[in-house]
Amino acid sequence: MTPFSLPVSRRAFLRVSALAGGGLLVAGLFDSDDASAALTTERPDGATPAADDPRLGAYVSITPDGVVTIVAKNPEIGQGVKTMLPMLIAEELDVAWSQVRVEQAKLDPDKYPRQTAGGSTATPTNWLPMRQVGAAARAMLVGAAAQRWNVPAAECTTEEGVVRHRASNRSASYGELATAAASITPPELASVPLKDPKSFRIIGKWTRGVDNRAIVTGKPLFGIDVTRPNLHYATFVKSPVFGGTVASANLDAIKALPGVTHAFVVEGGTNLAGLLGGVAIVGTNWWLLQEAKKKLAVTWKEGATASQSSAGFASQAAERFKGTPERTLRADGHVAEALASASVTVEAEYFYPFIAHASLEPQNCTAEYANGKLEIWAPTQNPQSGRGLVASTLGLKAEDITVHITRSGGGFGRRLNNDYMVEAAWIAKEAGVPVKLLWTREEDFQHDFYRPGGFHKLRGAIDANGRITAWDNHFVSFGTGGNFAQAANIGAGEFPASYVPNFALGVSLLPLGVPTGFLRAPGSNGLAYVMQSFIDELAHAAKADPVEVRRQLLAQYQAPASTPGQQAPASPDAARLRAVVDLVAEKSGWANRGSLPKGTGMGVAFHFSHRGYFAEVAQVTVSRTGEVTVDKVWVAGDVGSQIINPSGAEQQVVGSVLDGIAQVLAQEITIEGGRAVQDEFRQFPLLRMRQAPPVEVHWHLSEHAPTGIGEPALPPVVPAVTNAIFAATGKRVRSLPLSKHDLSWS
Amino acid sequence: MNITLKVNGQSRTVDVPADMPLLWVLRDELDLKGTKFGCGSQQCGACTVHVNGSPVRSCQRRVSAVQNAEITTIEGLAPDGTHALQRAWDELDVPQCGYCQAGQLMRAAALLERTPKPTDADIDTAMSGNLCRCATYPRIRQGIHRAAELLASPTPEGGNRE
Ligand code: FES
Ligand code: FES
Repeated sequence: MTPFSLPVSRRAFLRVSALAGGGLLVAGLFDSDDASAALTTERPDGATPAADDPRLGAYVSITPDGVVTIVAKNPEIGQGVKTMLPMLIAEELDVAWSQVRVEQAKLDPDKYPRQTAGGSTATPTNWLPMRQVGAAARAMLVGAAAQRWNVPAAECTTEEGVVRHRASNRSASYGELATAAASITPPELASVPLKDPKSFRIIGKWTRGVDNRAIVTGKPLFGIDVTRPNLHYATFVKSPVFGGTVASANLDAIKALPGVTHAFVVEGGTNLAGLLGGVAIVGTNWWLLQEAKKKLAVTWKEGATASQSSAGFASQAAERFKGTPERTLRADGHVAEALASASVTVEAEYFYPFIAHASLEPQNCTAEYANGKLEIWAPTQNPQSGRGLVASTLGLKAEDITVHITRSGGGFGRRLNNDYMVEAAWIAKEAGVPVKLLWTREEDFQHDFYRPGGFHKLRGAIDANGRITAWDNHFVSFGTGGNFAQAANIGAGEFPASYVPNFALGVSLLPLGVPTGFLRAPGSNGLAYVMQSFIDELAHAAKADPVEVRRQLLAQYQAPASTPGQQAPASPDAARLRAVVDLVAEKSGWANRGSLPKGTGMGVAFHFSHRGYFAEVAQVTVSRTGEVTVDKVWVAGDVGSQIINPSGAEQQVVGSVLDGIAQVLAQEITIEGGRAVQDEFRQFPLLRMRQAPPVEVHWHLSEHAPTGIGEPALPPVVPAVTNAIFAATGKRVRSLPLSKHDLSWS
Repeated sequence: MNITLKVNGQSRTVDVPADMPLLWVLRDELDLKGTKFGCGSQQCGACTVHVNGSPVRSCQRRVSAVQNAEITTIEGLAPDGTHALQRAWDELDVPQCGYCQAGQLMRAAALLERTPKPTDADIDTAMSGNLCRCATYPRIRQGIHRAAELLASPTPEGGNRE
């Protein structure tokens, strides 16, 4: 379900050098796997490797004048990682946050592991390593002070960038000690002492984004803002039918238009996530290229996908539901018998549509090719895989490609793919000029990697005590040859597997030529809607409290029987789920919901994804004419023992919840004739200010190590809203979005 | 053709077609990258600037139509970057990705010019055409209220939030 998995823990170590002009530089933190390779390229004298700016090669540098520079290694897409990762280092280094300058790293896998923004992995993979880096640097500064004063290091303390020796009443700033510290033997990272969380001064403190000032004053930061000498612009016209190629185009007419310097056909390949066929137009002004594009006449070879449509998918799914699933993923107990003998059963079909990412900064990339070397500036979530794609497509070596990671104007999973990067690189190389490729909004909608739609047929049973006894799910998804299309998968452990004694999950796959991909909480963002809605249906059928039914269900956890040779499917921790359900019920005043007026209702849902536990209650009012207003959302979350940046964490939760509400209300990409119908915000509405309800966030701090926060708050809000609509109107929302439903009542 | 514009108090001359939208003149001819492109069709507000003090979608305004106007972009909102909204935005940590925020700030600045103490309803009316994909709306709302407070305050700092 997540694009990235956590690595097994590896030994990491540190390399330290002196800065050219004096000062301390704490360089790469290597995984042991990569370390031997990195070491062989290191200069034998152990000195600072030659680089344009040696400080960029380090996590931490401290110059003699006391400036502390911390490198943020991961792409910033609005998730706050450029602030959060340096906070971890600064905390253990024991400097004042106001002393710290943050610099964005370029792609450099030899120095920085996992420079990606995906799967909410930055917190769990960096929580210890980044703190260890900071602690190691601190230990070396303390070591330098102890040496200078000839006292035991253990007698020295640090605070806000100063080492003190109280007994002799001496102190020295990190800047003064930095040069000497560079020759202290670095401590073993795994055993370097870390702070007791009780003494944190930066972690856990409300911290503003490090780019805030640049953002509010309009400084260039984003991919779209990159400038280069002799910069040209590019527009790339692809087939509206996914995977189509160019048969012919009026290139000569286009080349003659004002502002156009080059126009050519790109052959492209068949990989939908790679370089596709199209017409490239290059020139001196992007807007003039858009004018030229209006005169472009292309004959497309549309290909097989032209016959695919959303309506076709729906009728194929209806056919599949008449039969049994192609493949059984799980069969616990005796579902058929349990359904047959139950007094209360429910049967329902659910549907969620394809949706687009619609990040506000359209896809773009700047590329410059000269003398066999390529330099790229990209708003990407996944620079390393982008570089690999460019290298293999253009026939270059990865080491001849430099990738600068710019800030991204939103990501949401869209920029895990690097199609825009390979397009810019190809066009720049062929045109022989530096090129900024910028997509239009329409192109951005029409060439996305969509959240795949899905169809579910469910049957379930609940007993007189509110216990769910049977659950049968036939999921019609997309894929070929038994392989799920990207982000169209389900796991055998998907909730409520292991919680219902008689449980069956089967899948059938429809062939798909439409590109799909990861969208914030991939998989979960559709599956939670279905599972948590159907739990609600069963609760109402049994005339039971939806929160109580969920508590019952969580009490029914059974460790899954393991198949020999296979790992038991991962299941969420029932106790942690229970705790957030209880917390959100309390904070939302769930018990008093009976006093809400007619037309107003509360709905509840929970979900575990990306290692995070979230339960949410939505209060919704539906007018008699069927207009839906989300009045308020309460959130209870457990992402471990520590909220690293309370500001950033709240933003991510609020953003995820409002993102989910926008999906529920009106977002859908419809496929017709093998192409996306919607291509503007009018047809694919984002949430607006006046639609945004207050979102109240409560944390349940558990004893577990902190985990990520960019995604897991999204999935539960979708069913919380639709369950609230049922409570308000008695109308069950079994397909999304709401804009296609008549919710009027009298 | 040669067109002279008054941008952020400075006179600038560009040689562009008369129907080029102001957005692209600002971004690509005058290298003022703060004003953003989100749709090019009046649907997002990322390109909002002030023309004679009124909020305008620069992707929809031909450059020839604003020749004699006073144009203000995010770079010119306050010469030293200390407009009450800019301070409030930083203090309350409004941005997520930040891409929409120049447009939000310009729209909000026009609101505060006319309505120094806006209600939530005033904010909804003024701001609902400016999309934020990250949905920073609750913080934008707080930010506008905070800026109104800073503007009304007798001290230049208006007190500190803690
Ligand atoms: S770019 Fe002008 S309104 Fe979207
Ligand atoms: S902060 Fe990302 S679009 Fe508004």
